[in-house]
Amino acid sequence: MESKLGLNFDLVNEARTSAAHVAADVQRFIDVHTTVTVERTVCRLLGIDGVNDMDVPMPNVVVDRMMEDALLPQGAAWLIGTLILETGLDPQGVAEAIDRGEIDLTKLPAHDEAEIRKALQPHIDAAMARINKNVAKRNEYLGRFGDKQGPYLYIIVATGNIYEDIIQAKAGAKQGADIIAVIRTTGQSLLDYVPYGATTEGFGGTYATQENFRLMRAALDEVGEEQHRYIRLCNYCSGLCMPEIAAMGALERLDVMLNDALYGILFRDINMQRTIVDQYFSRIINGYAGVIINTGEDNYLTTDDAITSAHTVLASQFLNEAFAKCAGMREEQMGLGHAFEMDPAVENTFLYELAQAQMAREIFPKAPLKYMPPTKYMTGNIFRGHIQDALFNMVTILTNQKLHLLGMMTEAIHTPFMSDRALSIENAQYIFRTMKDLGSELTFREGGVIRSRANEVLTKATELLKEIETLGLFTTLERGIFADVKRPKDGGKGLAGVVLKDEHYFNPFIEVMKGKVANE
Amino acid sequence: MSSGLYNTHKIEFDTTLDLTRLKPYGDTMNDGKVQLSFTLPVKDDERGVEAARQIAKKMGLDEPNVTYHAALDKEFTFYVVYGSCVHTVNYEDIHVITVESEVMSMEETNDYIREHIGRKVVMVGASTGTDAHTVGIDAIMNRKGFAGHYGVERYEMVEAYNLGSQVTNEDFIKKAVEVHADALLVSQTVTQKDIHIQNLTNLIELLEAEGLRDKFVVVCGGPRITHELAKELGFDAGFGAGTYGDDVASFVVTEMVKRGMK
Repeated sequence: MESKLGLNFDLVNEARTSAAHVAADVQRFIDVHTTVTVERTVCRLLGIDGVNDMDVPMPNVVVDRMMEDALLPQGAAWLIGTLILETGLDPQGVAEAIDRGEIDLTKLPAHDEAEIRKALQPHIDAAMARINKNVAKRNEYLGRFGDKQGPYLYIIVATGNIYEDIIQAKAGAKQGADIIAVIRTTGQSLLDYVPYGATTEGFGGTYATQENFRLMRAALDEVGEEQHRYIRLCNYCSGLCMPEIAAMGALERLDVMLNDALYGILFRDINMQRTIVDQYFSRIINGYAGVIINTGEDNYLTTDDAITSAHTVLASQFLNEAFAKCAGMREEQMGLGHAFEMDPAVENTFLYELAQAQMAREIFPKAPLKYMPPTKYMTGNIFRGHIQDALFNMVTILTNQKLHLLGMMTEAIHTPFMSDRALSIENAQYIFRTMKDLGSELTFREGGVIRSRANEVLTKATELLKEIETLGLFTTLERGIFADVKRPKDGGKGLAGVVLKDEHYFNPFIEVMKGKVANE
Repeated sequence: MSSGLYNTHKIEFDTTLDLTRLKPYGDTMNDGKVQLSFTLPVKDDERGVEAARQIAKKMGLDEPNVTYHAALDKEFTFYVVYGSCVHTVNYEDIHVITVESEVMSMEETNDYIREHIGRKVVMVGASTGTDAHTVGIDAIMNRKGFAGHYGVERYEMVEAYNLGSQVTNEDFIKKAVEVHADALLVSQTVTQKDIHIQNLTNLIELLEAEGLRDKFVVVCGGPRITHELAKELGFDAGFGAGTYGDDVASFVVTEMVKRGMK
C-alpha cells in the first residue's frame, strides 16, 4: 500500500523494534510467574465448573486451597493430574472432594510427570475438542453467510439483566449491528472470581458469566440465522480474571474480547505484575479461539489530551502489538484501539483525527483496528452529539477502520435506549453508503496539515518508545507516561495472587494453544 | 413534512408573555410547541401511530402530530412527535436552591486562600463506590481541567489528592483523615437504579458515625447531581453538568471561611 501520508517507515521500524524489546523484557518476567487466575483457568479448561454451597466458584475453591498450602507454584495441572491418579475421580470430582475437605493436599505422593500428563490428557482433549467445534461453527456460519465487508458496526448493551440485554441485542442486530458487546457491571473487573449462572442484577452493565455468554450466543445465532449474517459477540477479559474470561469466551464462542493489561493497570488500578502475566495466557487462549482482541489505548484520551498526547496512543498500539506477538497472536486478530476524542472547539481537529486514523491504518495494515467514538466532549446536547458521531463515522469510512464502535448521541446521559442505537446505526449506514469510496479518491497534500500531523505523532511515538525501552514498562507506568496516570509496581489490586513457578510447573494449555488457531 | 408544521390557520391564543403562565416557545409566544421522541413496544402500523398520539395527548400535548415512525424491531416502534403543551407554570413562584458562592478565577482563589486561610487547602477527591468513571473527578481535579477551566491540582494554594475510581467510602475517609483534608470531593457518574444515592448517603452516614462530618467541607458532583439533591443528602453542595474546577474551588474556600475553618 502506498502511504497517503508520506510516513517515514524507517521510524515505524524503529518504533516496532523498541516495542519488541520492551515486550521481550517483560516476557522474561511473565515466563517465570503464574497467578491465581491463570491456575483457575487451567481448572476451568480441565472441566471444573459450578459453585459450592457458599457460592464460591469451584475453580476458586481449588486454587484458594493451593494458595493456603503453598502449592500454587506447582500449578493446577500438576495438582489435578496427581489427584486424578490418587482418587480415580475426574477433575470436577477432585474439586468437589477438595471442597468437602476430604483431601489433604500437603501429603500427596510424588508422581512422574509423564504419568500426570497422561491422566490429564482426556480432559485436555475434551476442552480442545469443544473449542475446535466452536471455531468450526463460526467458520461454517461465515462460509454460509459470508463476512461483512467494510467496517463492523459495533454496539453495546448494558441493562444489567441478561434477558433484557438479549431483547436489546436482537433489536440492534436486526437494525444492522455486526458486533454486540455486553458491557459488564461496574466493579466486575475488580472481582478475583467469575460469578456463576444467569444474572439479572447489575449496575451500568451485566455480569460476565459463562451462562450469560451462552444465552447471548444462542440469541445472536438465532437472529443471525434469520438475517443471514453472522452476528459477533463481544465481552471483556480485562480485570482480575483475564484468562478465565478468555477461556469462557473460547468455550462459548465469543468472537471479540477486550484484552488489555495496560488498561487494567491504568484505569482499574490492577497490579501491573499480576495483570501482565494474566494477559499473556488470556491472549494465547483468545488467539487459539480465533477471537479478535480489542486493546484499550483509546481510553488514554479520556484522561489525557487527545491533541497533545496522541503519540502515547500510537506508542501503546506498538506495545500491544508486541505483547500480542509474544503470545503468538496473528495480526489479523489484533484490534488495536484508538479514538475520535479531540476538542470540537479547536480548529482543524477533524484533520488531526483523520491523520491519526490513516496513520494507524498504514502502520498496522492487517490489524482490524478498533475505533472509538467521541465520549469526552459529548455534552448532553444530543443534536450536536449526533453530528460529532457523523464526523467520527466519516473518519472510519475514509480510513477503513474495522471495528467501528457506534457513538450514541445520548452519551454522557444514560446507557443507550433502543432508539438511540437505531438512530446511530442509521447515521453510520448513511455515511458508509454515500461515502463508500471517497477514501480511495483522496490523497493528502505534501507538506499539508494532515501529513505533517501524522509524521509529527509518529516521530514523538518513536522517541517515547525509545525512552520506554530504557526505562522498562513497569517504570514507565510508575511515571504516569500513559494516560497521565501513575501506578506503583507493587501497588494496586491482585499482587498477592502472583507467585514464582517451581520446577514441576507446567501449563498444558499454553503448550497446545500458543501460536495456533483452532482447526488450522 | 406533514401538515402540522406549516400552520396557516389563525392563531387563537394570546401572544403576550405572562410569566405566571409560562409555556414552551416554538416560533410564536405561547404556542407551547415541544418535540419529543419515544419508543412503544408495539408493531409499526396505523394503530401504533394512534397510540403514540394518545400518549402525547395524555402528556398534555394538544394537536399531537406524529411526524415520523419507524420499526426498531418486530414489536418496537420509534416515534417523533410534535405538539402544543397545554400546561403552564408560574415562573414568578419558582425558587431554586443553587450554590451561592461567587465563582472566582484560579488566581483569585489562590489570593483568597492566602488572605483568609493563610495555608494550603487540602482537597481529596474520588469517584467512590463501584463507579469506574473518572471523567468527572478528573475534570475537576486534573491540572488540565476541562473546557479551559483548570483543575484544582494546578492551584498553587491547593494540595490536591485524586484517588481515582472505585474507592470505597471507608478508604476515602481514611485517606482524608490521613492527609488532614479540608474538603472531600465525590464524583458519581453511574446512576442506574439510583446507586449513586445509596453511595452518597452511605458516605455521610459514615462521616457522622465517626464524628467527622463537621471537620470537612463535603461536596459531590456528577451529571445527575443537583445542588438541591446534594443538600438533601447532607452534602454542603452539589455540582451538576457544566460546572468545573473553579466552581468547586470557589465554593470550598468560601465555605471554609464561613465556617471559620483554618
